[in-house]
Amino acid sequence: MFDKRLVQEGRPVWRYLLLTVGLSMGIAFLAVAQAWFVSRVVAGVFLEGATLRTVWNALCTILGIIVLRAVLQCVSEISAHEASSRIKLSLRKRLMNHIVSLGPVYARGERAGELITTVVDGIESLEEYFSKYLPQLVLAVGIPLLILGFVFPLDWKSGLILLLTGPLIPVFMMLIGKLAEKKSLHQFQDLSWMSAHFLDILQGMTMLKVFGRTKDQVRVISRVSESYRKATLSVLQIAFLSALVLELLATMSTALVAVTIGLRLVYGTLSFSAGLFLLLLAPEFYTPLRTLGLNFHAGLSGVNAAGRIFEIMDQPLMGIDEEAVNKEGDTLKIRREHVLSTDFHLSFQNIKLTYQPGSTLALNGINLSLHSGEKIALVGPSGAGKTSLAQLILRFIEPTAGEIYVNGGLHRTISLESWREQIAYVSQSPYLFAGSIEENIRFGGPSATIEEVMTAARGAAAHEFISQLPDGYQTQLGEGGTLLSGGQAQRIAIARAILKDAPLLILDEATSGLDSESEHYVQQALKRLMLEKTALIIAHRLSTVRQADLIVVMEQGRILEQGKHEELMRKQGLYYRMVTEYRGGSI
Amino acid sequence: MKSMRWLIRLMLPYWRRILLALILSTLAITSHIGLMAASAYLLARAALHPPILDLMVTIVGVRVFGLSRAIFRYLERYVSHDVTFRVLSQIRVKFYQGLEPLAPARLLNVRSGDLLSRIVADVEIQQNLFLRVFAPPFVAVLVLFGYGLFLAHYDVRFSFILAACFLVAGLGIPLGIKGLSRGVGRRMVALKAELSTQVADTLLGMTELVVYGQVQKHLAKIQRTDQKLNAQQGRIAGLSALSSALTGMIANLGLWAVLVLGILLVEKGNLSGVNLGMLALGTFSSFEALFPLALVPHYLEQNRAAAERLLELIESEPAFKSSGVLSPKPKGMDLAFDEVSFRYESDAPWALNQLTFRIPQYGKMAIVGPSGAGKTSVVNLLLRFWDYDEGQIDLGGYSLRDYTPEDVRGFIGVVTQRTHLFNATIRENLLLAKPEATEDELIQAAQQAKLHDFILSTPQGYDSRVGEGGFKLSGGQRQRLAIARVFLKNAPILILDEAMAGLDPLTEREVMDEIYRLMEGRTTLVITHRLLGLEKMDEILVLDQGRIVERGKHGELLQQQRLYHMLWETESVFN
Repeated sequence: MFDKRLVQEGRPVWRYLLLTVGLSMGIAFLAVAQAWFVSRVVAGVFLEGATLRTVWNALCTILGIIVLRAVLQCVSEISAHEASSRIKLSLRKRLMNHIVSLGPVYARGERAGELITTVVDGIESLEEYFSKYLPQLVLAVGIPLLILGFVFPLDWKSGLILLLTGPLIPVFMMLIGKLAEKKSLHQFQDLSWMSAHFLDILQGMTMLKVFGRTKDQVRVISRVSESYRKATLSVLQIAFLSALVLELLATMSTALVAVTIGLRLVYGTLSFSAGLFLLLLAPEFYTPLRTLGLNFHAGLSGVNAAGRIFEIMDQPLMGIDEEAVNKEGDTLKIRREHVLSTDFHLSFQNIKLTYQPGSTLALNGINLSLHSGEKIALVGPSGAGKTSLAQLILRFIEPTAGEIYVNGGLHRTISLESWREQIAYVSQSPYLFAGSIEENIRFGGPSATIEEVMTAARGAAAHEFISQLPDGYQTQLGEGGTLLSGGQAQRIAIARAILKDAPLLILDEATSGLDSESEHYVQQALKRLMLEKTALIIAHRLSTVRQADLIVVMEQGRILEQGKHEELMRKQGLYYRMVTEYRGGSI
Repeated sequence: MKSMRWLIRLMLPYWRRILLALILSTLAITSHIGLMAASAYLLARAALHPPILDLMVTIVGVRVFGLSRAIFRYLERYVSHDVTFRVLSQIRVKFYQGLEPLAPARLLNVRSGDLLSRIVADVEIQQNLFLRVFAPPFVAVLVLFGYGLFLAHYDVRFSFILAACFLVAGLGIPLGIKGLSRGVGRRMVALKAELSTQVADTLLGMTELVVYGQVQKHLAKIQRTDQKLNAQQGRIAGLSALSSALTGMIANLGLWAVLVLGILLVEKGNLSGVNLGMLALGTFSSFEALFPLALVPHYLEQNRAAAERLLELIESEPAFKSSGVLSPKPKGMDLAFDEVSFRYESDAPWALNQLTFRIPQYGKMAIVGPSGAGKTSVVNLLLRFWDYDEGQIDLGGYSLRDYTPEDVRGFIGVVTQRTHLFNATIRENLLLAKPEATEDELIQAAQQAKLHDFILSTPQGYDSRVGEGGFKLSGGQRQRLAIARVFLKNAPILILDEAMAGLDPLTEREVMDEIYRLMEGRTTLVITHRLLGLEKMDEILVLDQGRIVERGKHGELLQQQRLYHMLWETESVFN
């Protein structure tokens, strides 16, 4: 519950945290003063015949204390929020930076959803850790000690009762917390199964309907809900029991203090004023300890979120290989920054790749070279390693073994940015960002004029449909905006690539889902895009493949065969089978 | 407020437990008041040095209150959580019952996983309904009346002070804060959504951002939104700090006012000095009932908004109303569309435009065409998910409308592109098709779909769990499971809706044999945008924009050199 690394995040804002704690201590001190004045006033009126007039000054002081407490309370909470807010801001920024530096391969697929949740909600759950839990951790020690400082000189017996029972609260809390962690926390994570089950049913509703099973589900839902209720209550019961023990400790010792003082008053060994003062202090003594118990969950979720956040931030980054750069001469380095703008030669030498240590090889001994002006088509079944090859060139990943050379120099010594500046990439399912169509195309050239954007759109056969939209190039895309069809999105992506006008083009053809009209236009646009460019195409279409200078057939991370269409057809290997089986398939 | 009425109606059946929870909660607070008041009273009595025996009742009172406080609190927590989960279950069931007739037609735009998750979250949020919205005000009122009566016993003006403080702290402050934070709250929600979108945009579109060197720009945008969000959160935090400081201050002021009034009364001889401390401390303790009220408007708003979204969903009209009469007995399993036209909305373009075709019993027909041509609409009409606007669909000599939708679906077995597997065992997923099936029938169906050997190879055989938490099925195995379901259901009509899409060619080839076996002796309709192996079809319809543009056998259509031929040419080769 005290995560060292998380607490260190608080270092830059220690002033705010200190202010929060200091003010809270001040409030506690004022509470003691208030209790003292109140007990004096009550004792005076009750036993010494004081009148409103004689105690008026004391009453005014109490009023002043009350107002001052409220003001300090307010400032202390705001300061606590300020601290947590700064921490959140800085941590979110660093986390996003790190994820982005880890690259698209890390953030792909199912992991993306979880990352979004961590960045948005995970960071948010640190708020209470810093604004509530952490200060309370200090106050739960400080305030009781402060109060004991007043109680002991006055009546050591009451002080002893408080001193002995007080620490029991955190001890019990820890004991129960441990128990809960062992038994219920495990289940607590599973408690989301009810909503998962409900989601499952909603998602499968069409299927249920086809099989005529929707009506039975009412019974299933109420049955599962019922067992969920029982399971949850049995888990919560532990939490409730822990609360019972804590509550019992606080109330019973208050009662004990009251009765002890009462008896001593009878014997006259303590003044009424002092007795009442002690009684008023008892709740003040226990409150911070109980508050800590209440904030236990805030602390727990903060620590859990932090665990995930730091796990992500500990993922090692890849970058330029500084060592290798230093080995090369400076002149060579500068020359290679814009290496693709003139004639170039890219070669893969015995490349091996695994995405996770120990998992199967995604690429296994790839040797391939690409000269400027060539168009290479990669074909093969899914999982053959075609996309991995594209990711390697884009340097989303580094090869596990082997080297990629550019004009004879090491690929990994070129700075990532200047390398990627020279590549245009059209993915199979291009992503369109929230924003206007114009902004989306302008990705390819941030400084392009609107005319240049339109020219690129014309080249991508997108201008026509964009113009037909009510808002034209200003049409908003993304959540809540206009939905474009797969073919239209493809053409926007192609327009981006045209605008970028990079010497090397990497293209992942869409397999399906385009309507016939789009299909036709996309093909045309791609043909234009590839003119006079070096291109690596992950191909799904016979027409594209036929035009390629070289067809590379891959399977299970290896290159099986390569050559031109006619050569490969003559060879009657996998390529031949893929083409003919498709054609002559008997379904 | 309609949504609130809906929620209250759902809570009504549990009024006994609710009442019990409220009473227990009130008793817990009363015990706290009692503990402090009795303690103060004990001290005051003791200060007068009476014989100890005179104090025994008070001493016992102090101890009992100390004990009962914790016990009542425990019981209250238990009962109120029990109520909460019962109400939640009720909401789930009622919501599902409301949603069921609408699926899938009216749920078309909520089908994405994201929106469904939001629905589920909207249901789960109602956990706060009783605990944080309904109970606190009731408990506060009960405490106000109970303790107010006790105070009135000494002087009715004490009760007025209490009432005034309760009103200000329980009603005035929360409403005032709510008024101040109204705009802020909305802005904060909007900014949070914006941040979420931007983060999602950046992570999902990272490939493009990285390739086009736009990463820093997007990160800066996120940073700016985050700063704006932080500013709004700061305001909310300020208001919440103000609210809690003010509430605390009112509680202290209540103590102060009772003290002042008490001193005056003591002075005049209308109140015994013994009671002064008791009244002041008791009043202060009673404010415990007020602290949860500060958050009531916040939770109320949250729960109301969530409930409204739920109600909005289940209150939409079903796509059509089932006549609910007895279905006729079909005279065969032939299907006929006669000039059928259909659109999803009255102002939308025709999804199907005067479609006419007939599949004889045991006949095999394929419908092909580019996406958006209307192929899936044909399936939606056949399964009675939607009703057609014009023309006539006949099944076995009777209009489709003469049957109940349930009976129509009973005749049809469907294998779709994405087979939904429930997070349950293989057995349960299979039994969906025929709950009363025997073990032998089950195994036979699995064998026919060539799934049996695979099932036996899993750790628990037919009782292995699939999906989340269990093992994952490959695409081919999923389709085999769907095929096994249809074998089990043994429906006379078979619809294959893009059944092979998404499978790689080798798997496709393997599964195809089982598909052929499934077609035997069934009237079959194949929907596909891939033109693979359509040679065996009796007839192929080429659909474009809701109309039949070509029809005939595979060879004939290829010779015509029109859309079918074009689709054939641009078809993807390598998967």
